Parts: sequence; C-alpha cells; structure tokens
Amino acid sequence: MGEAVLRVENLAARFDGRTIFEHVSFEVRRGEVFVILGGSGSGKSTLLKHIIGLYPPAEGQVEILGEAMDGLDGAARTALLRRIGVMWQSGALFGSLSLAENVGVPLEEHTRLPPEARALVAQAKLGLVGLADAATRLPAEISGGMAKRAGIARAMALDPPILFLDEPSAGLDPITSAGLDALIRQLARDLGTTFVVVTHELQSILAIGDRCIMLDKQARGMIAEGDPRRLREESDNPVVRAFFRREVLA
Amino acid sequence: MPATLAATADGRAVRLAFAGSLDAAATARLWPEAMRRMRGAQALTLDLGGLTALDTAGAVLLLRLERLAGETRWQGMPAGPLQAVLDRTRQALSAPPQAEAPRLPFLALLGQATVRRGGDMLGQVAFLGEAVVAGIGTLRRPWRLRLGEVLRHLDEAGLRAFGLTVLLGVLIGVILAFQSSIPMRRFGAEIFIPNLVGISLLRELGPLMAAVVLAGRTGSAFAAELGTMVVNEEIDALRIMGIDPLAWLVLPRLLAAMLVMPILALVMDLAGLIGMGVVMASLGFPPVGVIGQLQRSIGLHDLMGGLFKAAVFGLSIGLVGCRAGLSAGRGPRAVGDAATLAVVGGIVSIVVLDGIFSILFFRLGW
Repeated sequence: MGEAVLRVENLAARFDGRTIFEHVSFEVRRGEVFVILGGSGSGKSTLLKHIIGLYPPAEGQVEILGEAMDGLDGAARTALLRRIGVMWQSGALFGSLSLAENVGVPLEEHTRLPPEARALVAQAKLGLVGLADAATRLPAEISGGMAKRAGIARAMALDPPILFLDEPSAGLDPITSAGLDALIRQLARDLGTTFVVVTHELQSILAIGDRCIMLDKQARGMIAEGDPRRLREESDNPVVRAFFRREVLA
Repeated sequence: MPATLAATADGRAVRLAFAGSLDAAATARLWPEAMRRMRGAQALTLDLGGLTALDTAGAVLLLRLERLAGETRWQGMPAGPLQAVLDRTRQALSAPPQAEAPRLPFLALLGQATVRRGGDMLGQVAFLGEAVVAGIGTLRRPWRLRLGEVLRHLDEAGLRAFGLTVLLGVLIGVILAFQSSIPMRRFGAEIFIPNLVGISLLRELGPLMAAVVLAGRTGSAFAAELGTMVVNEEIDALRIMGIDPLAWLVLPRLLAAMLVMPILALVMDLAGLIGMGVVMASLGFPPVGVIGQLQRSIGLHDLMGGLFKAAVFGLSIGLVGCRAGLSAGRGPRAVGDAATLAVVGGIVSIVVLDGIFSILFFRLGW
C-alpha cells in the first residue's frame, strides 16, 4: 500500500448541540478499499459528507490528497473536487438527462474533450458498469440498482484517484452486488484507485474491504479499526462481534 | 509529462507515436490532430512505447483511431496498469449499445400525438367520472369525508390567497375605471363607469381573475403534492391498503376548491368595486352617486351568476390539478411537468367553460 490519500483527524459532527460522532481519526492509503461501517443511525453517511466537505466539521480536520479541505476555497477547492468522485446512496442522477448525459456532465464541465470523445468515454463508463444498453434512458426509466450503477459510472467519469461510495450495494440483488464488489476490487487493483465505501452490507464488507472503521451510535464515534476479517474473528467489543456475527445484542 | 504526438505518413500508412501522460486534458488537446492525421489512412501503427500514463479518455482516443484505420499495429504498449485501462475500456465499449428506436415519419408522429392527446382527454373524462362516483360514495357515507383535509385546503387555497386577491381586485378596478373613463369622457358619460365596471367585474372578471389566481397557486400545488406522492409510491401504498385515493386525497381538494372559489370571486368583486370607487372619487364623483349608479345597473342575478361560474371554475381547476398530479410519471421532472400541466390546463379549462357560460347565459337571457 502507498502513501495516505485521506487523513481524518479528531473529527466531530454536531447538529443543534447534538453530537453525532467525535474523536474520529483514521488514514486511508492509495489503492486501498476502506470501509466505513456501522449500524443504522451511527453517522456513516454524515461522516462521508464531512469528509467530502459538504458539512463543516465541529472539530478536527480532513485532508484529501495532501490538501486540507477546510483551508480551500474557490478554484483550489474545485480542482480538488475534480480529483474525487462520489456515488450517492440513491444515485442522485439528474432526472432530465439521459444516463449518458449524466456521465457526460463532469466531462463537459471539467475537460475540453470534443463531443465525440465525451460520448465515447461516457459509453465506456456505462459499459464498465453493465449499462451500455441503457445509455439513452432517463433515470426515471431505470431501476434503483441501475441508478446506483449509473451513479458509479458518473463518479468515475474523470478517472479520479479516490472514489467515495455511499451504500453502493444496498437494495441490489446478490448477483449485481457481487458484480459491483468485483468491479471495485478490479479498479483498485488495476488502476490503484482508492475507495472509501460506506456500507452495512456484511458480505460486501468482507469481500472488498482491506481495512475498515466501525462507528457506533451509543459510543458516538469509532469503536473499531482494522482488517474486517480479523475484526470478525478477534474483536472483543460486543457490538463489533454482534455486527459481524449477525447476533442480537444483549 | 504531458503527452505528445509524433506523426509520420508513408502513402496511406500512418504512424502515430504517443508519449507521456495521455490523460483527459492531453486527449482533448491531441484529439483534433490525431483525427486529421487519420484522414485517408488505411493502415495505422500506434507506437505507445513512450506512454507513462493512460486514463479512459486516452484509451478512448486510441480505440477510436484503431477503428478508423482498416488495419492497426500496436507497438510498445507498456504492460500492467496501462494495458489494463486499455483492455477494460475496449471491453466496456464492445458491449452492444442501446438499439435506437425507429424514427417515425411525420404523419405517423402526428397521428401518435393525436392519439396521445385523445387518450389524455378520455383520461380526464374518466377521472371526472371516478370523482363523481367517489363523491356519491361519500354522500352516502359522509363521515368518511376527511373534514380536516377540507379545512386545510380551504385555508391554503382561500385564506392565504386573500391578500393577493384583494390586491389584484383593487388594481383591476382601478385599471378598468381609468381605461373606460377616457372614451366615456368624450361622450360625457363618465357617470356610467360604475355600470360598466360593475357588470364586467361581477359577471366576468371577478370569477375569471379569481380562477386564474386559484389555478396558479392551488392547482399547481395540488399537482405537485399529488405528483410527489406518486413518485414516493404513497398512492400505491394507499391502493394496497384498500383506500381509494380519489376519496382520500382528491375529494377534499375538489370540495375545498369548489367552496373557496365563490368566496375569492366575491372578494375580487368587492375589491374591484372599491378600486373603481377610488378612481371615481378622484374624477369628482361622490360615493353616494357611484353606489346609486351601481344599484340601478347591477342586480343579484349578476352576482349569483358570477359566483355560480366561480364554483364551477373551482371544481374544474381542482379536477385538472389532481388529475395532473395523479397521472405524473416518475422522477422530479415529472412533478414539474404535472405542475405546469395543472396551471396551463386549469386556465384553458376556465376560459373554455367561461365561453360555454357566456352562450348559456345569453340564451337564457340572464
């Protein structure tokens, strides 16, 4: 594994005086598939939104590709955002644009590629996620799973070195979900793309995760960090054990 | 290092040598030149020994060049990640693209649009029928009417539109009085301005303008709210629970729209008359004279005819708005389309109904 591409230091999130999490610190290295896991309401997606700069942190600092998010504004921030890709939980596709046009949005905004090249790149990205035959369809005309895959294609449009995926396999059938896991592993291996994946899908966590952190609602922060397979076998924390073994917490 | 392109040609055989990092920025820069070099070429040699990096855009350029040439020789492609990018892009682009729908000739398109419009109109009639059936069902079991919902919509469509209605009414009264004073002054007939404005407002403009306000504010709100419920599958959930969405959602809205419209029209009438009175006062006519003129020129039947029209307009706006919402497609665009359809359809329907009422009232001698 290479150098750290994401550093989170002592991060805290508070809304209306209510603490969602605090004292969250970890590093993600280049080419790693890093999983943020935890139960419902533990703050996984909130943590992701703090990392990518949508929410300002109550405390702490986030550094992506060597640059501190809170110190950036204007062109520097845009330049950094070009180098990350985000897939949203629902796909967040633009309803008035076809799938190919959705994937083409970042290409049109951030490159000077001619229209023919943009169309081909968009087609390649859609082909990569198995949606080559749906390029001209509108988001309203496709299933939730297809919307997620199209969301990943759009996130990958600019070949960013780091991709954030929010619940990529939630709501997908096991075959599609396994295909998505294989794609993530392939991209990480072949291109050295770094993935930060928010999920609570146990099979995906074990299939793709090199390392993980686990958030807990009661603890309002991290309760575990490490290799998910080792955590499953060795963790002493009852919440971690219950999570990995699908047990009811006493 | 940014990518460079060196090109040599030997007859119809072209040799393109790429070096450096062939990323999206470099691809955008080199694409036109590469395409220009390929004009008339039948054989291509791609020399990639100097490539240090390649992304999807770069791979797309190489594969496009390969496709343009009849025959391609690949030279010096570094193994490992660069080859993986190329292979993955080739594989992704080899997936069969979506089959294009056959283009229909103009006449067929016209026919298709006509059939669709006809279907929409039939759907509107069917919706009216369903609403009537739901209304009869509610009359038989009135306790099932959601009175709270009716009151909520009365508040939203009526009370909250009060200020706007008064403002528009006063302005219309002022405008009508001023505009009519100019030609009437030439004949010394300014005293008849109250007759003209009073009849115009009570019979026509009061109900019509109140209906435009209702279509813009409430018809679109009905469509957006119900359209969002369709998108969120709430309507499906109601149906699965054995609840008729028409009785549950549409009837309270229709009833509220029908009840609130005569009140809004009345407010519009009164506000317009006040506006006209202000203009008349500025022209030197005392209020007593204006009121006397109004009493002589307009009767209760003028007011009641206008209010009856207003109630029908309200029902029509409610029907069009609810139908637009419930027939919305999926996605945020569908909600916007439904709201637009509700406003446009609502205004068209009230103008058509107004025309029918004009003929009807003329025939009846009202």
